[in-house]
Amino acid sequence: MADARSDILARIREALQVKAPKPHFKAEETAGQPVKIAKPWLPDGGETTEASLLILAEQLAKLKAVLIRVPDETAAGQAVADLARSKAWKQVAYHGAPLVRPVAAALPCPAWEADASFEKQKLEGCDASITSCESIVAQLGSILVSSASSGGRALSILPHVHVVVARVDQVVPDLATAIALMQAVHGEKMPSMLSFITGPSRTGDIERILVLGAHGPKELYLVLVG
Amino acid sequence: MSDAKQIFIKDATLNAADGDQRAFIRKALGGYYVNRDLQKARYRDWERARDAASLAKWTAVNDLANQLEKFTANFERNGGVVHWARDSAEARAIILKIAADVNAKAIVKSKCMTSEEIHLNDALEKAGYGVVESDLGEFIQQLRGEAPYHFVFPCMHVKREAISELFTKHLGTAPTDSPEELTMIARRHLRQLYVDADIGITGANFLVAETGQISITENEGNARLTAALPRIHIALSGIEKVVNRLDDLAVLLPMLATAGAGQPMTCYNTLYAGPRKPGECDGPEQFHLVLLDNARTRLLADPEQRDALHCIRCGACLNVCPIFKNIGGLAYGTTYQGPIGSVITPHLRGLKQWNHLSSASSLCGACTDACPVRIDLHHHLLHNRRNAMKQSPSLFDRAFHAGFGFVMKRPTLFGLGGKVFRATLPLLKKLPLPYMSAWLKTRDLPAAPAQSFREQWKDSDHG
Amino acid sequence: MRVSLFVPCFVDQLTPQVGLATAKVLKRLGHAVEFRSAQTCCGQPSFNSGQWDVAREGALRTIEVFRGAEVVVGPSGSCVAMIKKFYPELLKDTPHLAAAEDLAARTFEFSEFLVNKLGVTDVGAKFAKKVTYHDGCHALRELRLKEEPRQLLRAVKGLELIESEEGESCCGFGGLFSAKFPMISTAMVQVKGGALARTGADFVVSSDPSCLLQIGGWLSREGKPILPLHIAEVLAHDA
Repeated sequence: MADARSDILARIREALQVKAPKPHFKAEETAGQPVKIAKPWLPDGGETTEASLLILAEQLAKLKAVLIRVPDETAAGQAVADLARSKAWKQVAYHGAPLVRPVAAALPCPAWEADASFEKQKLEGCDASITSCESIVAQLGSILVSSASSGGRALSILPHVHVVVARVDQVVPDLATAIALMQAVHGEKMPSMLSFITGPSRTGDIERILVLGAHGPKELYLVLVG
Repeated sequence: MSDAKQIFIKDATLNAADGDQRAFIRKALGGYYVNRDLQKARYRDWERARDAASLAKWTAVNDLANQLEKFTANFERNGGVVHWARDSAEARAIILKIAADVNAKAIVKSKCMTSEEIHLNDALEKAGYGVVESDLGEFIQQLRGEAPYHFVFPCMHVKREAISELFTKHLGTAPTDSPEELTMIARRHLRQLYVDADIGITGANFLVAETGQISITENEGNARLTAALPRIHIALSGIEKVVNRLDDLAVLLPMLATAGAGQPMTCYNTLYAGPRKPGECDGPEQFHLVLLDNARTRLLADPEQRDALHCIRCGACLNVCPIFKNIGGLAYGTTYQGPIGSVITPHLRGLKQWNHLSSASSLCGACTDACPVRIDLHHHLLHNRRNAMKQSPSLFDRAFHAGFGFVMKRPTLFGLGGKVFRATLPLLKKLPLPYMSAWLKTRDLPAAPAQSFREQWKDSDHG
Repeated sequence: MRVSLFVPCFVDQLTPQVGLATAKVLKRLGHAVEFRSAQTCCGQPSFNSGQWDVAREGALRTIEVFRGAEVVVGPSGSCVAMIKKFYPELLKDTPHLAAAEDLAARTFEFSEFLVNKLGVTDVGAKFAKKVTYHDGCHALRELRLKEEPRQLLRAVKGLELIESEEGESCCGFGGLFSAKFPMISTAMVQVKGGALARTGADFVVSSDPSCLLQIGGWLSREGKPILPLHIAEVLAHDA
């Protein structure tokens, strides 16, 4: 008996002997890649930076994520420190990125650089995490984090609060641009995890009623510098 | 009548008569319709976007062998291991072997309908592993010992009081009628289980051939945790989940969320490329992917219905289906409920046993309009009916339609038959005739007119 | 224009007034109307039951009956969809495909014919009643007719059009489905009929006589004070 792989591939090739009709839309439009032909049909991400930032702010508000605009890194540190005080965080885990370290240093509570000496049980006990990100998608209010740029897989998902510190120039208009950028930056060496985070964790599993913080962070803050 | 059909008729009859439960389901879906329409309105052209989404899946499915080879080569280049399974038994055996090889004890799962399809939990539990579903809905269904009611909203039929009782019984928590508090109970209970589990099992929404990544869509963050904390990650996926290019996801991910849940994007859309890489601080040591055929190639071999393999499992067709809303998801007796389930189950599990799902439809077409990848769902129900009739027509159906066809070919006989029908209608209504008595149980028929249209018509009146 | 009427079996045997009203409106607009009495059923019951061979014979007969007709107009979204959408599908691998497509191009649902082919929305009707409209699924989703019947109704003098909840929901008829799965069909008409009754309208109007049979049958059994009426009957009303 042939191995399963050869068997399945043979079944597929056999099955595809008979062609299925192509989806019936105008010929000139089927020549392109789906993402390219779809661009004018998908939700708007803004043609200018200003437009994109407006859309982003609107999307984040609808998602119940909090956007904090600050002029510079010092102000970013201040804003997160205020947050830590008001929420009475006792222990914060952070990602050792250039944009994040100074923010962590300004915290009024103990902060632990989680990716330098990762321990999952310790992370479980943290109130909040602070990470950087790869890019931010205005069109959908999504924040792209990765195991490379956000301190691994668990840091941005396990603690109850997730704070992302990013620069304004990391905002891209749409998902297609974010993906193209991801491919340009990482090429064939993709981080083992890339995640588009769109609002705080949520569920509607009980009577379709929205509850935030199902398993991931209950609160999501985007601190945008510049 | 097949066993499956008998059970279906019994359950569907019972549920269709439960007005309270039906109203509960309609109410639960009310918010979804509002949000879906709000999100759809943000698309500059939703209908054309559906064309693009459909094209992305068409291109992949119609080049499936090459794309799968490309995908697996890239997946392995990323450091993952691919396993191929012809059927459920092979898939279960592969996963059991991995679990034994890594000396696992505890397993945490995130939502994966393919694992329901192969009855994975039973197999793992029988082999002595502790298995916990981490998606809230799946967790509740696991405690209830019941299959998912809806493949996206697994426990949408369960009222909060019942969930509270369930948690009190199994977790010892105090009763509450707050969905928020119930969610937090599950959150607290499951947290340590992710940390302690040896294996995390997930599904996959898309397999990206170009990069060898798998894409997982979720809202709760449980899949993220499942693929982050345990030392082994196993993903289980049907072979049809391939897309050619990474940027196809720029179309498919938002549309999946909007069509399925009325969201711009689901909360977490995560791409995995292999296990933990050098320089990364966490993540599993091993990443296995089990690719399952389980009769998908049988569906692939039917070019007429091949587009059913474009399905991205958003659940939109269930949410708009009047059959689903009135009989509920459990009555189907299938892994995949609703219109898409009625279309594909006969291919996956046998037409003779499962064609009744295709017959149990008014063919209203709401599903086809809702499908973000333009699967011709309600017409495929017609195709299944035709194929079933070719394969094993019931004697009654054959006789009924042969008689019908005979009369239809003869206008005089048709006119005469109509006359007799009208004259005897009051009597017919009293007889235990098939169809007629079923109709009259809940509905009246108008009194028959003395003369039919053809008897009253004179061309000369209308020249 | 010379219009050949395509009269559904339901209409022929149970609601002949719908066929007569259709003819009356067309004649009022100045068109000659004929009825080819060799027509019987379009074959949809067999088609929907998977008996495509029987349905194919019905299709070929119907194509023959309407050969040479300038336009064919039917007061039923469902039966017209059978001709326009499903005859070409039934006959696609046969030498009769061209004839099927030719008939499909000449065939119109009644409101589609008035609004899209003739460009008429005001047919000079008067009907001082409150009505709600039920979209038959075939008209709505196979023929994509949604605005056409509403435009016609809005132009009727004295008529008040009220939209219902569950506007695009199926009534649960589905041909033999309503008798093969009576419990599901009944649950569906409960939802639909209940919403229609809650509008407070005097009549539920539709372009589909088969939906009206289902909805009307349920409303009558439940004693709801709202009556089924075909759109042709509304448009024929001029006093």
